[in-house]
Amino acid sequence: MELDPLLLSRMQFAFVVSFHAIFPVFTIGLASYIALLNGLFYKTENPAWERLANFWTRVFAVVFGMGVVSGIVMSFQFGTNWSNFSLAASNFLGPVLSYEVVTAFFLEAAFLGVLLFGRGKVPQGVHLFAAIMVAFGTFLSSFWILAANSWMQTPAGVELIDNRFHVTSWMDAIFNPSFPWRFWHMVMASFLTGGFVVAGVSAWYLLIGRDVDANRRALSMCLWLLLVLAPSQAVIGDFHGINTLEHQPTKVAAMEGNWDTQSNVPLLLFAWPDQQAQENRFEIGIPSLASIILTHEAAGEVPGVKEVPIAEQPPVWLVFWAFRVMVGLGLVMIAVSLVGLWLRRGGRLYHQRGFLQVLRVMTITPFIAVLAGWVVTETGRAPWLVYGMMTHAEGVTPSLTGGMALFTLVGYVLVYAVVFWSGIYYLTRVVRQGMLPEEDRDTVERAVHRPMRPMSAAHATFEQDSAPTWRS
Amino acid sequence: MEMFDLSLIWAVIIGFGVIMYVLMDGFDLGLGILYPFAPDEAARDVMMNSVAPVWDGNETWLVLGGAGLLGAFPLVYSVFLPALYIGVFLMLAGLIFRGIAFEFRFKSRRSRHWWNRAFCWGSAIASFSQGAVVGAYIQGFAVEDFVYVGGPLDWLTPFSVLTGIGLMIGYALLGATWLILKSEGYVQAWAYKVVPALLLGVLAVFGIISLWTPFVNPDVWSRWFDRIQLIWVFPVLALACAFWLWRAVRQRQEGQPFIATLGLYIFTYLGLVASKWPVIVPPNYTIWDAASAPESQLFLLIGVLFVIPIVLAYTAWSYWVFRGKVKVGEGYH
Repeated sequence: MELDPLLLSRMQFAFVVSFHAIFPVFTIGLASYIALLNGLFYKTENPAWERLANFWTRVFAVVFGMGVVSGIVMSFQFGTNWSNFSLAASNFLGPVLSYEVVTAFFLEAAFLGVLLFGRGKVPQGVHLFAAIMVAFGTFLSSFWILAANSWMQTPAGVELIDNRFHVTSWMDAIFNPSFPWRFWHMVMASFLTGGFVVAGVSAWYLLIGRDVDANRRALSMCLWLLLVLAPSQAVIGDFHGINTLEHQPTKVAAMEGNWDTQSNVPLLLFAWPDQQAQENRFEIGIPSLASIILTHEAAGEVPGVKEVPIAEQPPVWLVFWAFRVMVGLGLVMIAVSLVGLWLRRGGRLYHQRGFLQVLRVMTITPFIAVLAGWVVTETGRAPWLVYGMMTHAEGVTPSLTGGMALFTLVGYVLVYAVVFWSGIYYLTRVVRQGMLPEEDRDTVERAVHRPMRPMSAAHATFEQDSAPTWRS
Repeated sequence: MEMFDLSLIWAVIIGFGVIMYVLMDGFDLGLGILYPFAPDEAARDVMMNSVAPVWDGNETWLVLGGAGLLGAFPLVYSVFLPALYIGVFLMLAGLIFRGIAFEFRFKSRRSRHWWNRAFCWGSAIASFSQGAVVGAYIQGFAVEDFVYVGGPLDWLTPFSVLTGIGLMIGYALLGATWLILKSEGYVQAWAYKVVPALLLGVLAVFGIISLWTPFVNPDVWSRWFDRIQLIWVFPVLALACAFWLWRAVRQRQEGQPFIATLGLYIFTYLGLVASKWPVIVPPNYTIWDAASAPESQLFLLIGVLFVIPIVLAYTAWSYWVFRGKVKVGEGYH
């Protein structure tokens, strides 16, 4: 079989970016939550908020560390596998991606150390300020990354001269048409991720009866937040979809499994798209609903995949099904937060074990939904790398052979398997260790000569049989 | 815009970033290379603890350099990375493994020997790959019309293998002199003992590279020998640093060996830059050919000039906080 360097490079990029994205998606939401907890403690002086803040800061430290480690790879991927694209788009992408790195380092240098290690050493107000700045920094990082990605989806503010993009307007290029909706959609996804992880972990603590008071507070707060966030995400997602309809109609057509441009398009619940035959082999749908969602009228015309020749079509089945996974999980999230509201009547929220178990399982769902969403948006623009201007095939590294691409793909899978396994395993150790009792916390605070690396803020040991080791 | 030569400013910034990275990640990579030869596990703890507070800050410069290249000299980015494809992967894999080994070694007991191995091999592979990059840079790249057209393993030649080994020994030397500064007792005595051998190794490799380079790359030859120029000051100063290092170790100085090794690196680096300047993608492209558009360079410059002082201040501060000796049996985790 002939190894295709283009296909392998796309698989490799999808793989490394997905495994990397898991960590920042979580830290963005968690950073804001930690800032909120610190703010509550600052205002109310209630030690429960402080203990929650300390616990989640330790989790944050580990996840942030994993994100940094897996992120190193990303800053080299564009050059190794997409060198033609890198060179062509460097005038815009270079500064924008560099600003992301610069932002991240500024954040780490100035505020992360204070947040992780500063409690008790700096005034409480300063600590709170650091927590807020870390949260702000995570938004700023995602701002740059999403500006870069959105520009590739809906390029603006550039002209193509001699195979190089030249920026004519930084404002137009950064705030390109799809950027605002993509940004808010992603911020909301991060909040939902943080919210469901905190809710799931709190539910688990309640199931085993640990730190009941603090975890009830955390759970209750999270469920109020999710009750607002989950439906809001549906609304934002709808606007994002309408924006995509305007700028990337073929992607929306693939999401809906709609081959022909027509009105009264049904919302397909299940279908088997057949790219060869250019039709769905089988479908079940709700009449006219897709037209109503996308154009807000039943007779609204929705473009079809066939508007472009087969060579310029995305893989419809993948876009179609990834979209259904994302939306399906989003609806489950809304349902769970509504059930949470209902269970508050009569105070059953903390005792209904079935519901707490459901919340535990829900921890994984936002991650799957986020990755599915990225599959929709990234494969949905195929074959374009810069939409309408440069294809994947034009952007790939010319000297790359299939063998080289396969070698590194397998290599990265192995490397990430170790990183991911040890990271997740260690995180479960941190969670099992739980919140430190007051006296232990004092011991930890007294330790001098403390390393400033993010992950050293977590004190759990790697193995189950070890004694507590923060003194070791 | 014409008032400043932005490409020149960027060349200075990137050049500064590269040497900062080499010096700072160099000594902690070097400790990883020396790791299996340490006298015992307690000494390994000291080695690990002496760099634990600062190593991840050291790698800041690598990421900053990678991103900065894409922004300021995209041609470097889009030629070097495809040409060094396999080497870049090995370097990243090595750095990642030693990164997580750093974190989890402190937190583990039974699995500790696995993390030790990951730390040592990760450091060795990353160091070798970086040295081979230097060799590949001296050799030059097959580039046509701004696109790399060579094969996947063009970079791997006897010459680049030698530079790879050379950098491994060089990093080990940096690591050993750092350890002299940071340790005491039998650990320090061991570090004193290994320095002369490592120095000899470094000088031998540098000697062979210097003799070999003209055959690999005739342009470098003419640069050095057609007219006797000011650039000869760099190798002379590098040799002076080597002599200073040798004497400082004999006199059992604690801080001077490390500083002398830093000097050895800086002057060798300046000599390398001087033999290529202003070519940045050898053999044909200068910093001005490789540059991105001036407005892009300017846009990024503003942010970088703001952040570099902060990163430097933070770096200096964390080194200051963790100054002093690391004792056997003491440690953070």
